[in-house]
Amino acid sequence: MDVFTSLVNAHKNAPPRMKLIDIFMVFLVLSGVVQFIFCLLVGNFPFNAFLGGFSATVGQFVLLAALRTQVNPENKEEFRKVSPERAFCDFVFGSLVLHFIVYHFIN
Amino acid sequence: MDVQNAQKLLRIAILVLVAGAAVLSRLYSVVNFESIIHEFDPWFNFRATRYLSSHGFDSFLNWFDNRTWYPLGRVTGGTLYPGLMVTSNVVHTMLSKIGIPLDIRNVCVLFAPAFSGLTAYMAYLFGCELKDETAGLLAAIFLGMAPGYTSRSVAGSYDNEAIAITLLMTTFYFWIKALKLGSVSWAAACALSYFYMVSAWGGYVFITNIIPLHVFVLLLMGRFHSRVYVAYCTWYALGTLASMQIPFVGFLPIRSSEHMSALGVFGLLQLVAFADYVRAKVLERQFRLFVVSFVVIVVAIAFAALLGLTWLGVIAPWTGRFYSLWDTEYARIHIPIIASVSEHQPTAWPSFFNDLSFLIWLFPVGIYICIQELRDEHVFLVVYAVLGSYFAGVMVRLMLTLTPIVCVAGGLSISSLLDVYNQWNVPVSKAPAVETNAKVSKKAAKAKEPADAAPEPKEVQGFFASFKSANITSSISKVVVLVTFFGYLAMFVSHSNFVTQSSYSSPSVVLASNMPDGSQFLIDDFREAYYWLRMNTPEDAKVMSWWDYGYQIGGMADRTTLVDNNTWNNTHIATVGKAMACDEETAYPILRQHDVDYILVVFGGLLGFSGDDINKFLWMVRIAEGIWPEEVSEGRYFARGQYRVDSEATETMKNSLMYKMSYYRFPEVNNGADRVRGQRLSPSDAPTLNIVDEAFTSQNWLVRIYKVKDLDNLGRQVPAAAAFDRAH
Repeated sequence: MDVFTSLVNAHKNAPPRMKLIDIFMVFLVLSGVVQFIFCLLVGNFPFNAFLGGFSATVGQFVLLAALRTQVNPENKEEFRKVSPERAFCDFVFGSLVLHFIVYHFIN
Repeated sequence: MDVQNAQKLLRIAILVLVAGAAVLSRLYSVVNFESIIHEFDPWFNFRATRYLSSHGFDSFLNWFDNRTWYPLGRVTGGTLYPGLMVTSNVVHTMLSKIGIPLDIRNVCVLFAPAFSGLTAYMAYLFGCELKDETAGLLAAIFLGMAPGYTSRSVAGSYDNEAIAITLLMTTFYFWIKALKLGSVSWAAACALSYFYMVSAWGGYVFITNIIPLHVFVLLLMGRFHSRVYVAYCTWYALGTLASMQIPFVGFLPIRSSEHMSALGVFGLLQLVAFADYVRAKVLERQFRLFVVSFVVIVVAIAFAALLGLTWLGVIAPWTGRFYSLWDTEYARIHIPIIASVSEHQPTAWPSFFNDLSFLIWLFPVGIYICIQELRDEHVFLVVYAVLGSYFAGVMVRLMLTLTPIVCVAGGLSISSLLDVYNQWNVPVSKAPAVETNAKVSKKAAKAKEPADAAPEPKEVQGFFASFKSANITSSISKVVVLVTFFGYLAMFVSHSNFVTQSSYSSPSVVLASNMPDGSQFLIDDFREAYYWLRMNTPEDAKVMSWWDYGYQIGGMADRTTLVDNNTWNNTHIATVGKAMACDEETAYPILRQHDVDYILVVFGGLLGFSGDDINKFLWMVRIAEGIWPEEVSEGRYFARGQYRVDSEATETMKNSLMYKMSYYRFPEVNNGADRVRGQRLSPSDAPTLNIVDEAFTSQNWLVRIYKVKDLDNLGRQVPAAAAFDRAH
């Protein structure tokens, strides 16, 4: 529990942009969990569709996590070549590729 | 023009020349023979490409081929890697759009050399990322010319590997780039080129495993940082999803064990990244308890799930081909069909020297240098080197995946050598030396990315920079070393050229031999026979042959075959093996059941061609024995432990259809001397044929075609009828 409260505190202290990303990430986790439970309860009949939806959430989550670490001022040392603008541009590019594939995948 | 521009120009010129040399050295096969598709698999790829260009992409993907695997057919569109065909079709269309109407055959023939030029360029980029431009240029030259790669990419060798090695290098380059910069775009590019690779070659599994392994090793070394997370997770999420678009791959990436390591590392990275994030936010004591309990539970659950799912059969266990990589005896015992392919045999050690020349002893040097420098990308090289060497030792064809790393490592070591010995303005006194040193490191820091630009200037230099500051003052030693290595380089070029020309440029459809006066004599029996089939048999005739010739019959003779090089159905192949291995009475019903009209056998006894069907006969027997152990038995084909074909041969051997068809009428020519086996058939050994008629025998007896007799008009058994006819 202590850990959880510390994390919530950390979230509260983060800059607004990061807050937005955090909320989006939590949403994606929830959405993934819901899809998974749905799959367990109802069955995975159009497997393409389930896989497409689930991977879309996972992929988007990963891309967001990447964006979050890149724009985090604490990580400036590691990403010298990646400015926040560049990071956002990359994020958009990655998401476009991801959703193009997913769109193609779910038929 | 200043020095920088001159250098750039020089580099471009060298790269163009290297690409030119790579392309031209692969054209020997066209110069010595003709513009023809080589070997076996390329004939299928060529046939598929023609189908694609005439029927369009959609019907290509839905192609059901009823002219192979009669009567089963093959879902060709869903069981091939379409990357090669699609690419060459795109090239063909583009060329005709810009007014260069090139025959599709020529596009296919010249495809591999053209891509080898690109591969050389990718090797240059890869080398640049690892060390500097010198290393890159050397790697490009080595990879452009190394026989290990040329063997699979001469003109006419229109196979998946032709494009796959280019894509392998591209993917690795993007991976290194993504890892160094921690950039999502480079990782996405890596995923896209991975997708292209998946669409082109089954060997993509190598990438699927080597990148996770690299990340895992980095984790073990305690080198986790956010860039690893960004690069790997983006690559995995996009690449895996993309790879599932290829019909042949389908859901394999989440279902088969070969792909599980990638998924495992993906999950592990999420945990590590999360733990890393939490550690920054909470107190040390809380953290330790949290992490230990959390990580242990999750890993245990994941592992149990993996085992459980494998046990339940949701995740397919490793395939036989994969097992044979770990246990070289596995295929011999369990899957004779895999072991029967010569390129799946373990590599003989001289072929390392033959294929890699002097690079084979520069390779360990390069890896040693990498271990000394050991930035993240050098860890990749080391991991690749270990895996690649192992696989190349296990299977001859995997020499191909080792070659790129050997070339890059060779480039690294030679360029380091040049760094030390090719400095002509080294200052004598100590103080200026330090100055050069500092200049070099400053330059390095400016040119390279954050990874090497660590806070302490001492670390910036690394192991590579120490070469530049090495102080060799004696000109003699410099000259001696440089001249020696120049000699080695020249030897490498001439060796590669020689090997390419002499052993890798043969189409194997047309055989070359020398006349007594030294002039070249071409043996064109294969095409002669296939052309005969094409012109003299009905279009829907079914031709039975051993699977090796299936693709060629389909491509050149355009006739329906029973089995071909795809080897997807072992039972069907065993059926053909059984028909060949049994006596005529047993074989005839099998032939009738499969509507066989013609049987094609390859016989090298007259010519001394050792890759003929009698030499492959034991594999047919073994494969048939795997399915019908009580009807076919390998031991019965050996006369007192020896493989005999003359009068000493066993009765089973003499009665087998394959033996009869091979040696029918043979004692009439050449005194019955079999030049391959070194044995002699006397006229009394001449076999008689009852169920088939000889239809065609090529000029040098290399290919013999037999027509299967129809049922007898009077309702007698066919062998009995034939015996009656012979008697009267």
